Amino acid sequence: MDTHTRPELTDEQIAALGDELDELRGRLIMDLGQRDTDYIRRIIKLQRALEVTGRGLLFAGFLPPAWVGGTAALALSKILDNMEIGHNVMHGQYDWTKDPALDSKRFEWDTACPGDQWRHSHNYMHHTHTNVLGRDRDIGYGVLRMSEDQPWRPRDLGNPVYAALLAAFFQWGVAVHDLEVERIEAGEIEWSDKRDILAAIWRKGRRQVLKDYVVFPALAGPGAPFVLAGNLTANLTRNLWSYMIIFCGHFPAGVAEFSEEEVEGETRGGWYLRQMLGSANLTGSRLFHILSGNLSHQIEHHLFPDIPAHRYAEIATEVRAICERYGLPYNTGPLHRQFGSVVRKICRLALPGPRGRDGRRPEPDPERAADPRPFPETAAEPNLALAA
Amino acid sequence: MSAAVVPPIPPPPHRLGARLLRSSLVDLLLGPHGVDRYLELVRPVATVTEARAEVIDVRRQTPRSATLTLRPNSAWTGFQAGQFVRAGFEIGGVRRTRTYSPAGAEQDGHECLELTVTVHPEGLVSRHVRDALAPGALVHLGPAQGEFVLSRPRPRRLVLISGGSGVTPVMAMLRTLCAEGHDGEIVFLHYARAREDWLYEPEVRELARRHRHLRASYRSTRGPGAGPRLSADSLAADFGVSDDSWAAVCGPPALLEAARTAWRELGGVRERLLAETFTPAPLADPGAVAQGTVSFLRSGRRVPIAGGTLLEQAEAAGLSPEFGCRMGICHTCTCRKAEGAVRNLRTGVLSTEQDEDIQLCVSAPAGDVALEL
Repeated sequence: MDTHTRPELTDEQIAALGDELDELRGRLIMDLGQRDTDYIRRIIKLQRALEVTGRGLLFAGFLPPAWVGGTAALALSKILDNMEIGHNVMHGQYDWTKDPALDSKRFEWDTACPGDQWRHSHNYMHHTHTNVLGRDRDIGYGVLRMSEDQPWRPRDLGNPVYAALLAAFFQWGVAVHDLEVERIEAGEIEWSDKRDILAAIWRKGRRQVLKDYVVFPALAGPGAPFVLAGNLTANLTRNLWSYMIIFCGHFPAGVAEFSEEEVEGETRGGWYLRQMLGSANLTGSRLFHILSGNLSHQIEHHLFPDIPAHRYAEIATEVRAICERYGLPYNTGPLHRQFGSVVRKICRLALPGPRGRDGRRPEPDPERAADPRPFPETAAEPNLALAA
Repeated sequence: MSAAVVPPIPPPPHRLGARLLRSSLVDLLLGPHGVDRYLELVRPVATVTEARAEVIDVRRQTPRSATLTLRPNSAWTGFQAGQFVRAGFEIGGVRRTRTYSPAGAEQDGHECLELTVTVHPEGLVSRHVRDALAPGALVHLGPAQGEFVLSRPRPRRLVLISGGSGVTPVMAMLRTLCAEGHDGEIVFLHYARAREDWLYEPEVRELARRHRHLRASYRSTRGPGAGPRLSADSLAADFGVSDDSWAAVCGPPALLEAARTAWRELGGVRERLLAETFTPAPLADPGAVAQGTVSFLRSGRRVPIAGGTLLEQAEAAGLSPEFGCRMGICHTCTCRKAEGAVRNLRTGVLSTEQDEDIQLCVSAPAGDVALEL
């Protein structure tokens, strides 16, 4: 493990950390109510309005301004749908509203990945086993080499190429995530074990393809090429954006990884600690946070994945203060720096090594290690809730 | 209050377009969210697959009640007199669902629903209905359910017995039979705490005046004007029980018990007494193992409450519910609780609502509980 970013805490300190965070969580839960329901409904209304506007404008897509406006509106709609709405609703953040339209178990999003599979691979596999190599399949999505501890193979030379392809086709990468292709490849499981998963991906993916690439273009008659191109561009934009945001959550320099042995018998406090050390935030404007589905508050999200995400900005200061008290890093930075760090990692890990002197990790990013301030970035953004 | 006072109901909107909106093409184009998620943004009641209603009128018949007149949308499929519906009201950003028996005639049931709600001093929903609900408000509806319904052909001799807010399903039966022009004998007996709590009294008296086969009697059970409680003697004075007699009884458990005893003593056919009641379940203290039963509705299994979480109890009962983290994070084991009380072991929060989603891995029963599992 990376000792540069992992302070040693005693068991008592870890337990106290857990208690503090549980207390914070309890306070948040008691405070949930009308404000949160109103917030997510406003975002949903905005998303549906953007979607209808975008699709409408694309029918006039032969006019360049209509095409650009329509494509942009549709891309924004898909980004909001997948991130601030879909990802967060499917985490159970709004289950307490008892509104079936906001029910984590029933929600479906406007992307190829079936909601049920996402709930398994993300909510359970990733959020329970965050950054545990061998358990958290989000480390490289079974395609990329994202950790020094993943043994290098010659095919990893293509790491940057695979990463670019994954970014461009991210909705499909996410859709096939639960197929666990790397385990099929390794002979651990058979294709036949995944028949139901594959069938569900086919059912969902087919409808998405039909809708965006066949029926909507067909409805436009002679304008079909403009609608098709607009829908393709909107999906591509959403793919690139969500890929960037998601890869900044756990892969920037300084984020800790864990081994299966390390998490053996982990306490609740230990789980919280791992979430804090294994996640990284992004700084930005209120709009940026909304468009990132508040995954820009990845640390807060991993501590409290089922608390409405628009609350993360409100508690960020407190979480950061807790980190400071326990001497824990609070990894945050602007998108260009965090994503730049991810890109460097993807490129570096295409090659074997370089490893540290003792055959373990390389030294941390010198830029970061040299920064004497405990919290180099500005304080978290204030309240994110949209104005009523 | 007579039926004529209910305000006229305009024809429901969107019925013509509803078929098109429910088509598979529209479902594909508006997928994966579906047509209702768009329609509701234009007008919340305009959904075509989810039954909803708009409040037309709120009136107070008695100090402790509120009567709602609702206009359901095209997705509502009506009810049989005596059945109940789940009605959901959004209060403080949370949908609160309660069960009510519509009191109107089933013939009008597609266009109009009448719910009479008894207001409890601590009741979150009932106080909201009385104090905050206004015409135009939205009510979510579940499908009508329940076996408390009249047989066909209609009983030739029928006694309708109700206590308190239990009047609503038998009121629906009475109005339905009157609207059908039923000419069999009907005796209507209502018990309430005091005269000021008598629900539907003017209307029932008016119906009795117009339908000579109907006799009605209202009785108070407390205070100076209190009359005799229901017994074999008192029932025999109002209604001659014979082999072809039917009874429909709705009210608190004590009234049901009294009615069953009287029916038996007077020689009524057991199967011809229809009964419905409402009982609040006793709750266990935090930390204690509750007494009662866990019912798994889908698998039809029932087990006595044991220690541990509901996930463990479901597994011990031979079920294999989905689960993930087993520590309350991932919501994989989230399950619909149809009714009953459970306590969240992580937060200590008690869930007593109907139709509430709970996390099995961090919930323990606090009394009888029924799960959609």
